[in-house]
Amino acid sequence: MKIHEFQGKELFRKFGIPVPKGAAAKTPEEAQRIASELGGKVVVKSQIHAGGRGKGTLIEKPDVRGVKVVSTPQEAAEYTKALLGNHLRTKQTGPEGQKVKQVLVEQASEIAKELYVAVVLDRDSSRVTLIASTEGGMDIEEVAEKTPEKILKQSIEPATGMMPFAGRKLAYQLGMTGDTAKQAASIFGKLYDTFIGTDASMVEVNPLIITKSGDVMALDAKLNFDENALFRHKEVASLRDIDEEDPKERDAKDANLSYVALDGSIGCLVNGAGLAMATMDIIKYAGGSPANFLDVGGGATAAQVTTAFKIILADKNVKAILVNIFGGIAKCDVIAEGIVTAAKQVGLKLPLVVRLEGTNVELGKKILAESGLAITPANDMLDAATKAVAAAGGKK
Amino acid sequence: MSVLVDKNTRLLIQGITGQAGSFHAKQMIEYGTNVVAGVTPGKGGEKFESKVPMFDTVAQAVKHTGANATVIYVPPPFAADAIMEAAEAKVPLIVCITEGIPILDMVRVKRAITDMPVRLIGPNCPGIITPGQCKIGIMPGFIHKPGRIAVVSRSGTLTYEAVYQLSQLGLGQSTCIGIGGDPVNGTNFVDCLKLFNDDPDTDGVIMIGEIGGSAELQGAQWAKANMKKPIAGFIAGATAPPGKRMGHAGAIISGGEDTAEGKFAAMEAAGIMTTRDPSKLAVTLQKAMKRG
Repeated sequence: MKIHEFQGKELFRKFGIPVPKGAAAKTPEEAQRIASELGGKVVVKSQIHAGGRGKGTLIEKPDVRGVKVVSTPQEAAEYTKALLGNHLRTKQTGPEGQKVKQVLVEQASEIAKELYVAVVLDRDSSRVTLIASTEGGMDIEEVAEKTPEKILKQSIEPATGMMPFAGRKLAYQLGMTGDTAKQAASIFGKLYDTFIGTDASMVEVNPLIITKSGDVMALDAKLNFDENALFRHKEVASLRDIDEEDPKERDAKDANLSYVALDGSIGCLVNGAGLAMATMDIIKYAGGSPANFLDVGGGATAAQVTTAFKIILADKNVKAILVNIFGGIAKCDVIAEGIVTAAKQVGLKLPLVVRLEGTNVELGKKILAESGLAITPANDMLDAATKAVAAAGGKK
Repeated sequence: MSVLVDKNTRLLIQGITGQAGSFHAKQMIEYGTNVVAGVTPGKGGEKFESKVPMFDTVAQAVKHTGANATVIYVPPPFAADAIMEAAEAKVPLIVCITEGIPILDMVRVKRAITDMPVRLIGPNCPGIITPGQCKIGIMPGFIHKPGRIAVVSRSGTLTYEAVYQLSQLGLGQSTCIGIGGDPVNGTNFVDCLKLFNDDPDTDGVIMIGEIGGSAELQGAQWAKANMKKPIAGFIAGATAPPGKRMGHAGAIISGGEDTAEGKFAAMEAAGIMTTRDPSKLAVTLQKAMKRG
């Protein structure tokens, strides 16, 4: 789960990590008030769940960028007015952009140097790892690719947690000295504490800045949380902003389905994540393109199958639907009944190709054949994909 | 012969009275797995289905029944605790089916069991089966046939797909292992390939990976240097967009070699015969075995 930058900075404050003074505003008036309280130059930052906001521009007003430094409260109000309600398109949002509903107004900082630091899970070592670089403010993937020597890593021993030496080591490796190094080392430790204390899956600060007076501060806050651990972090769970989520993905999540929207024409309904990916792959292999990833899980119910159909049909690009079920725990007859109920309930008109295999498969096939629905049965995955591609208008 | 489990496996079930645990306990007993004990705190002294003795702790269950493997069906918030209880009782094989365990719990568990005499399979996996002898997990037993092909996979239903294809071709299986779809897991491709390589009753292997992480790359590298038996390989997720989690917590492309293309290439460089058509997993293995 992602949160907004201003929420991330609130969390940072709780964990003792210095961030610029500021607050979120939902109206130009609020922005003006916050700016006048802060005094002096302020930064107005669009709050959407995507990176690249500084370089991103509004779809409605292509000359307006997502982030701006302004000199007066009046200007802060005007800029906020320009942003609110419009759609910001960045490298990470996709072409449709994301609607700006609030901004963060905060004190502008005197930047002497920009650094990068993140806390992530390193899958190879199965350990939490700090990543740092002197190349702050840049696209870190690009830095890693072009100048891998500029990426520093510090793996954390789970038994002890992060010891102070690890923070010191990174600070000195980054070329810091004196009090600045001490501040940075302490911040690195607190970032680790934030990661552990909230069951984050990523805590990224880009940039972490050194000010002209030598102080260290987090100028950005990007946090991602492990959804499986939200049950023990009610305060984090409450930061969820459902408006930032794809409505179809949100409905799927609420029905305990796993759905990801893609841009193809064949809707997929599959049980199991691996089989669902493989089904998308075989559609491509057969010359078509999948409209989505959708895993109904191991113990799919008729109600879930119905919701799944509704989600797939809400995508207007879908020209045909492919159902691929390997019944293990989920019995084919139960799934088949779910398909029939769902198809009737939603008044399905699109071609439907169904491949069933596994537990109670004969019973399942019989239910489909006797349903009176125009269902195209398939023998195996390739047969199913080929038929679905043909039904969706042939190869591209 | 086979790897890790066979007719001498004495299975303990943690969470035997839960919804999933009791359903699959019955399925495993019906399949012929030697289920010797169940553990549910507070149910010690009672019997499951008037047959299987239940205990309050894993240590008691092991002491009284000589259980040498355990399978865990407890809910995600308590799964790490269940794994550690089994590890402390030195149960040599711990199979964790539970999906949705917090990642940091698994980071700690993995570190803790590194120096303990136990092997963890999973979590978030279908389990392990040696057809005709021992089924531990949630896979449909009837699609399997005893034989000489091993399967190792990160996915559940895609494993069933591979097994079904093998059985249709008349190729039985020695042992099938689902290693699970989480980013931090106990047993990986390298571990399984080593076991299969050393098993005199395994002639070939189907290896099924996914996008995300580098376990497949390590597996392929190990196979290139050491594997004496043919392998057929597939990676799910060639059409997955970067940055999106595809169901499994571990199936997410985060940049670099963790794409399906990167992993297919590593497999091919290691002499693994791959297919882009997941309906041809077993046929591809057949070809790989003819090639030798």
